[in-house]
Amino acid sequence: MTVASSESLPRMMHGFDSTKIVLYVFAAVLVVLVVLPMSWLAFYSFTDKDGTFTLQNFATLIHDPTLFDPLVTTFFLATSASLICCAVAAPMGWLVARTDMPLRRTVRLMVTASFVTPPFLGAIAWELLAAPNSGLLNKAFRSLTGASADEHLLNIYSFSGLVFVVACYTFPYVFVLVANALDRMPGDLEDASSILGGSTWQTARRVTLPLAMPALLAGALVAFLQAMTLFGSPAILAIPAGFHTMTTKIWSLFQYPPKPELAAAASLPLLVLTVILLRAEHMILGRRSYSVIGGKNSDPRIIRLGHLRWVALAFCFVVLLNPVFLPYGALLNAAFSKVASQFIWFDNFTLHNIEFVFFELSATRLALYNTFVLGITTATLGTTLALVIAYLTTREAVTGHRALGFLATAPVAIPGIVLGVGLFLSYTRPPFVLYGTLWILLIAFLTLSMPAAYQQMQSAFRAIHPELEDASRILGATRLKALRQITAPLLRTSVVATWCFVFVGTIRELSAAIMLFTSETKVVSVLIFDLNESGDLAAISVLGLIMLIVTFGIVALANRLRIGGGVKFREG
Amino acid sequence: MRKGFSRRDVLKGSTALIAGTVFAEPVRAAPPPAEAITPALIEAAKKEGKCTFYTAMDLQFAEKLGKTFEEKFPGIATRVERSGAERVFTRIGQEYSSNVHAVDVANTADQAHVIIWKRNGWLAQYVPEEVVKNYGKAYYDPEGFEVVTRVLVSPFGINTNLVKMEDGPKSFADLLDPKWKGKMVKAHPAYSGTIMNATFQIARDLGWGYFEKLAKQNILQVQSATDTPKKIALGERAIMIDGAGYLVIRNKEAGQPVDVIYPSEGTPVATSPSVVFKGAPNPNAARLFFSWMHGREGQQLLIDYARQYSAHKQAVEKPGVRKLSDIKLMKEDPAGVEKGAEEVKRRYAQIFKV
Repeated sequence: MTVASSESLPRMMHGFDSTKIVLYVFAAVLVVLVVLPMSWLAFYSFTDKDGTFTLQNFATLIHDPTLFDPLVTTFFLATSASLICCAVAAPMGWLVARTDMPLRRTVRLMVTASFVTPPFLGAIAWELLAAPNSGLLNKAFRSLTGASADEHLLNIYSFSGLVFVVACYTFPYVFVLVANALDRMPGDLEDASSILGGSTWQTARRVTLPLAMPALLAGALVAFLQAMTLFGSPAILAIPAGFHTMTTKIWSLFQYPPKPELAAAASLPLLVLTVILLRAEHMILGRRSYSVIGGKNSDPRIIRLGHLRWVALAFCFVVLLNPVFLPYGALLNAAFSKVASQFIWFDNFTLHNIEFVFFELSATRLALYNTFVLGITTATLGTTLALVIAYLTTREAVTGHRALGFLATAPVAIPGIVLGVGLFLSYTRPPFVLYGTLWILLIAFLTLSMPAAYQQMQSAFRAIHPELEDASRILGATRLKALRQITAPLLRTSVVATWCFVFVGTIRELSAAIMLFTSETKVVSVLIFDLNESGDLAAISVLGLIMLIVTFGIVALANRLRIGGGVKFREG
Repeated sequence: MRKGFSRRDVLKGSTALIAGTVFAEPVRAAPPPAEAITPALIEAAKKEGKCTFYTAMDLQFAEKLGKTFEEKFPGIATRVERSGAERVFTRIGQEYSSNVHAVDVANTADQAHVIIWKRNGWLAQYVPEEVVKNYGKAYYDPEGFEVVTRVLVSPFGINTNLVKMEDGPKSFADLLDPKWKGKMVKAHPAYSGTIMNATFQIARDLGWGYFEKLAKQNILQVQSATDTPKKIALGERAIMIDGAGYLVIRNKEAGQPVDVIYPSEGTPVATSPSVVFKGAPNPNAARLFFSWMHGREGQQLLIDYARQYSAHKQAVEKPGVRKLSDIKLMKEDPAGVEKGAEEVKRRYAQIFKV
């Protein structure tokens, strides 16, 4: 990259450029966030207890079946979940984006609901629904069919049960990618196909599908990644069933006596695989842009389904039963029932669970406080960081902006549990003993939220043409003044939306938090996980519902702003 | 330079620490004088205003204990940090090795933990007067490092809707009957101190081969000894292999279809001690809570509400729980558990895959 662009010359003549300092400060922050924990992780995995170089940890990883089996299990889990996600999300995405199916907006909203539902909460709700004997669905099945007490329809404590629950909360990733691709795909190409005599079916098969294929493939990779790096659901469902996945194994390696070097070695394959898959996704999605370039785009064609549209709607709702309606119902039922596995009726309705969580459970207040403090701080700092970095990179304001952009995107390749291990290794030793403070969690959450926040702010900046700022500066405003008077008002809604996005992502984070909490710094997600281990399902349901209510409140706020907002994203 | 703490490191460090005292002074240190709850202690505790209690007790009882204490001594907020004893032990270890001193009083279900904490020099010496007056010598450390808060047994539990009492398993050997396949729930020794002790005792008395056979019975593996009673009360499984017998009794008394069975080979037992930490952030509140919990009021609550066994001589038994002396118990061996815990976890993970 070159500095000698016409834009940067006048700036250099102003003499001392304060943006340089900004660059160094932000680069330093990002290095601390990303490079430090990953270096410790690598160091631990390649050294023995005395700090000398060794490959023994990796040898153990391959030769010890209690470590190698989870690796294989994780691979099959991620593959199956990813396939199911595609099989379900692709037709749904198409129905929502390209057909006249009724209630399309509602379906999209419901997918958003599954998107923001913490997966560990979904897993616990599915325990309530599909535990083989006490699960509500199995009970209903037995009373409807008269099957004996030994029979069950579903067993959530199994590999297939785990795959199912993971898919429930992973399919939105595929859905969003596919639906967005179909939304943006120009109708001209399909029109051309029809004009040339192609039937609706032919057009769909030979034009629409190939155009949507890259998005679907990318979705499959993202779903694979999500399923591979998930911690909560396997911890809740796999361990009772008698098997580990990689994430739960890494976590268990920290139990007494801790084996940090093995945990570090086990984390590296996850990290490497994530990097490879993200590269693959980038390549696949990169290709897509070729196909949709082509002058002024027309609106996508809507296919009329006729009577089939009700079948389509039924399909969508049957799918949405699994991540949203059934689990929420089970949580509500458990929150107000004396026995979590009994359907609410007049004789077992109780408010005691709510009373217990708010007035007896002494961990509630601190956990809620920590969660909100961390949520608000992470969202505020994260949005600010993302805003500045996005400004520096989109406006190419400083040399080295590319490195900044790379550093801000890099954490996308770090699974939460891997980051947790890295941060634990980095900050439980002098000189930076942050373990036991909220700072270490703040660092974790900031790092994890940075890529998404940065991407959102980047697209917001791209939507505002720099000529507006240039005009202001030509008229004599300083860079900061131009930012304040021109750019800031235009960005307001994007900033708020990003803030909400980070906040929601932070309060549901479990996999890094589980490695980093202490009794004083426990957050709600960890509290829920603790309660699950002791089987206190009623308290979980109440806490989970609180979490969901807060989440939906924030999401609604973000949606309102976006609808009424002034930001227009660039087309295409 | 390595972070984290292994048993070996802990041993090395602590030997160095206590070597001086032990060898220079072969005579036992004089036990600290017994201390009563004085107005001065209450005043100082109220000034601190809070107390953090790490415990392996079931959540409901732990919170009840904390709330009752708060009612008795208003102005001292008690925060309960509940997890399995092995988790509590890991947590305190991690926190202490990072110089995080958050715990005031801890109650574990594994005596071996106290051996290690004491060796590390983490414990305060404190003997409440109430304990000296009312506890047998076997139930407290005269040097003031620990007091046995409760005695835990780990019997079988059954859901009487699913299995009739007379058809239930009578012995550990019975559990291997194919008819129980897929019908049993079990807690985990890497989470629960009760189960750590139970696993150690069963493996010692019946051999690891027993667990290898048990693992083929397709058990539901949960973590906490307080979860297995809930799983049979929900009807999720018919039989609880191990876990908190007191919770089964509590659920039975609350009208749920559950009952306990004491296996003929002997019932695993774990005494559950409490300690005050030397680095407690609220030392006075810690001592006040510790004294009160082991006093008549705390212990009666343990019997009446929690349905557990107390070592307090004045505490009145409440019918409904079989007397400890009437149960054939396995032999507890804290020193053995201290040495064997890693081996227990390793073999258990091999056999049960988690």
